Amino acid sequence: MTIQFNEETFRDDYSFRNSDRAIRRFPFPFHEDSYMYSVNMEQHQGGPAGSVYEMRFDVDEHYVAEMQDRAIVLAEDPLRCQSLPHMTLAGWDTLELIMVSKSEDYPDLFELHRDGDRWRWINKPLGIDHTFTFLDETTLPCGPLEYITRQAQGDFAVLDQRGDMLYMDAGMVTTQADWSLDFDIGMDFFEWHAPVPLAHEMGIFKRALKFLLNIRQGSPARRLNWTMTVNPRLDTSPENYHNWGVQKSTLTPENIGAKQHLRVELQTFYRLPRSNALLFPIRCYLIAFQDLVTIPKWGRRLHRVIRDLPEELADYKGFIANRPLMLEYLSRHDDGLPTSPGVWPDLETEPPLQT
Amino acid sequence: MSRFHFPESIRSRPVYGTLEPRPGKAHLMIADAEGAEALLDLASADAGLVRHAHIIYIPKGTGETYVERLRALDPEQLHVSPSFDASLPRLRRVLAEAHMGLQLYLTGTEGLMGRAQSEAMQAGIPQGAIQTEHRGSVARRMQCVHCKGITEDVMTDPFVCSHCGLNLFVRDHYSRRLAAFQGVCVDAEDPGNVPDPVELYS
Amino acid sequence: MTAAPRKTKAGAEKIDVTVSAVVPLNDLVTRFEFRRTDGGAFPPFSAGSHTVVEMNDGGRTRLNPYSLMSDPADTSTYAISVRRDDEGRGGSLYMHNNVRPGDRLTLSYPVNLFPIDLRGHKHVFLAGGIGITPFMAMIAHLERMGGAWELHYACRSKALATYADDLTRAHPSRVHVYYDDQDQRIALEDLLDGQPLGTHVYVCGPGGMIEWVHRTAAAHGWPEENVHSEEFLAPQPGKPFEVYLCKSDITVHVGENESLLEAIERCGVDAPFLCRGGACGQCETDVLEADGTFEHRDHWLDEDEHAGGRKIMPCVSRFTGKKLVLDR
Repeated sequence: MTIQFNEETFRDDYSFRNSDRAIRRFPFPFHEDSYMYSVNMEQHQGGPAGSVYEMRFDVDEHYVAEMQDRAIVLAEDPLRCQSLPHMTLAGWDTLELIMVSKSEDYPDLFELHRDGDRWRWINKPLGIDHTFTFLDETTLPCGPLEYITRQAQGDFAVLDQRGDMLYMDAGMVTTQADWSLDFDIGMDFFEWHAPVPLAHEMGIFKRALKFLLNIRQGSPARRLNWTMTVNPRLDTSPENYHNWGVQKSTLTPENIGAKQHLRVELQTFYRLPRSNALLFPIRCYLIAFQDLVTIPKWGRRLHRVIRDLPEELADYKGFIANRPLMLEYLSRHDDGLPTSPGVWPDLETEPPLQT
Repeated sequence: MSRFHFPESIRSRPVYGTLEPRPGKAHLMIADAEGAEALLDLASADAGLVRHAHIIYIPKGTGETYVERLRALDPEQLHVSPSFDASLPRLRRVLAEAHMGLQLYLTGTEGLMGRAQSEAMQAGIPQGAIQTEHRGSVARRMQCVHCKGITEDVMTDPFVCSHCGLNLFVRDHYSRRLAAFQGVCVDAEDPGNVPDPVELYS
Repeated sequence: MTAAPRKTKAGAEKIDVTVSAVVPLNDLVTRFEFRRTDGGAFPPFSAGSHTVVEMNDGGRTRLNPYSLMSDPADTSTYAISVRRDDEGRGGSLYMHNNVRPGDRLTLSYPVNLFPIDLRGHKHVFLAGGIGITPFMAMIAHLERMGGAWELHYACRSKALATYADDLTRAHPSRVHVYYDDQDQRIALEDLLDGQPLGTHVYVCGPGGMIEWVHRTAAAHGWPEENVHSEEFLAPQPGKPFEVYLCKSDITVHVGENESLLEAIERCGVDAPFLCRGGACGQCETDVLEADGTFEHRDHWLDEDEHAGGRKIMPCVSRFTGKKLVLDR
């Protein structure tokens, strides 16, 4: 499959754009007209052809630009990628998983040739051709986790499993929605989720933990999470909050369609073989409101979800101040018609906006 | 009485207990300021335990108030140190030579307990072998998430980062590895709009 | 994402294998080696993992978990060692009496409920009898990756000291064997004292040995998180009983020699499981109605849950009484 890779930025001039294909395959997260937390896990064993769920690690038109943005973030702040000493084996497991998956799912773009533990990895979009010895860090320019995640879209948390608990003991985190790897590394599952309102009292995390502890090799799972971002900025980290935070106040009724983005995380969960750790990739997809509403069902539904969202959630997700502006825009794309259950665009059955 | 009742908070915020005697092959006790009171209470529960203990004590503002009373407990070793930093080389040496079966008792300010716990865990002491009891000041160690600098003895929200000068609000989100709470820029979305500082827990 | 996501299947993913070798080691223990039937490489696994072997015993499906004892880095072969239990439910007997080289079986993907703590500076292994098997894999791993370890292996007698000779020959200074019939005992208290910080202890053997190690370690100031154990509870036989499965709308009769989980599976109902030994929590089932007494034999539910009568672990627990309705 050939992919046309965009030349675009996720900072400064924000030249990021979604093609029509990218808009249609966007992982819209709402399957009904309201939203509340749930342990919304399902198996990650493929999906409809062309969808973001089809491949193990989805590669899209933003691949090269995202990797360039990651390189900038890491140059400014190397603490965004850390691995506690006992997690190197998990890093190798991750490298193997991503290299095998990508070379099998996108043979035109990636190749992996293995001769015993001598491996040759070819990454055509990034112009990489590297031969190394598996399990020998001295043959890589940096640790295995950093090496491979500099070539894979989305953030990656690597969770050590000990005594019926998960610990965030390694990660590459440059496209996160407002949490710090440097601060959270070493925390357990309940601790790193401590700031999330309401969910703990609902028992969400207890159930989620039990599910994750029992994920087996060969049976990965996935779920969606979402938030809002002003401007298509990937690096919305607490570290840089004093730089990007102020952009939230630059929204106007004229620019909100172009500037306000729905930010969806496709989270997957893989049991890693040699380390028994859990790999937690967090893949970030962005879509501007004005592109989202070109899918009539999504325009109707997003308005209703944002309108009825409990205040604590809107506050925690960081858009409480902008909610009135968002609703003013979105209400113009909601004609009150019923919407079908499920997340798909359903363009054939959902009528266009009735004005 | 120097005990404080911390309000209930989020899951990452440490919760302290009451020191109790535990079976073990060696007992290491680290305390600052009013934490000495908790060690005295522990000794009244089990004097023999404390007699076999190695105590590191940092008086801070309390001066000589507790030193003689701790000496009177007749511990195997009592080391009085002017600061936690000054006691670090000794503590690291003790931990490097320690064996499994060591029980650790930490008491005093959150900053002292947090730093000692962080050192201990790096040396391989499992969490289950560490007990904590809060006494005395409720001032916090805060890490500025922006410049990574740590500001000690923070008592107001917001406060000024002692390294980069940003105005930071105080979060309850806590890292055991760094032994600090998280401070985040308070006026990022509206630069210059900094609320008046309010004392913690008021 | 679908409105009706695909349900996660019961058990673990499966691998078709062909038996490549059957090696009797002594009177009681035989090693079974497997190759993938499709000739491919096995998935690598973490030491301490087990696999669930699926056997077809004259129309009756048996599912038995066994520790993988092979070197985790060797992806050409998986190996298990099975101790014959004449008094048991028949799984080990079936393996010993019926399984031959060339036979086809199904293995589950490896699952690890007894992993090495990778942060550990030193690992002390305590094996009792057939409990030696997971440590064979752990030793292979630590030798390859570099890590301090020692093994203390309690056997009934020299004749039944499975792999003891191989281990002592390969690692003379790290392996210590104790023969029951010569009154040799592991000096556990001495062993525990003086271990450097960051040492972890692992015990695999009979229930009594496991309990002794946990108790002694706690008394010597070792916290629970540094003491790891694995014991596969075999479901014990018991009086037959009936259970009504509400969601499936069928009544299941649980026979004397089958577990509640096995009976549910026999009736074609898909029930989640993982270890089949009462330890992992995966088969936890809600009780909708009960008029009788529960026989909880698991290590998963806590005291309150056992007393509360609202949950049961069907892989090992049973029930006697007038009525039992489960949410399956």
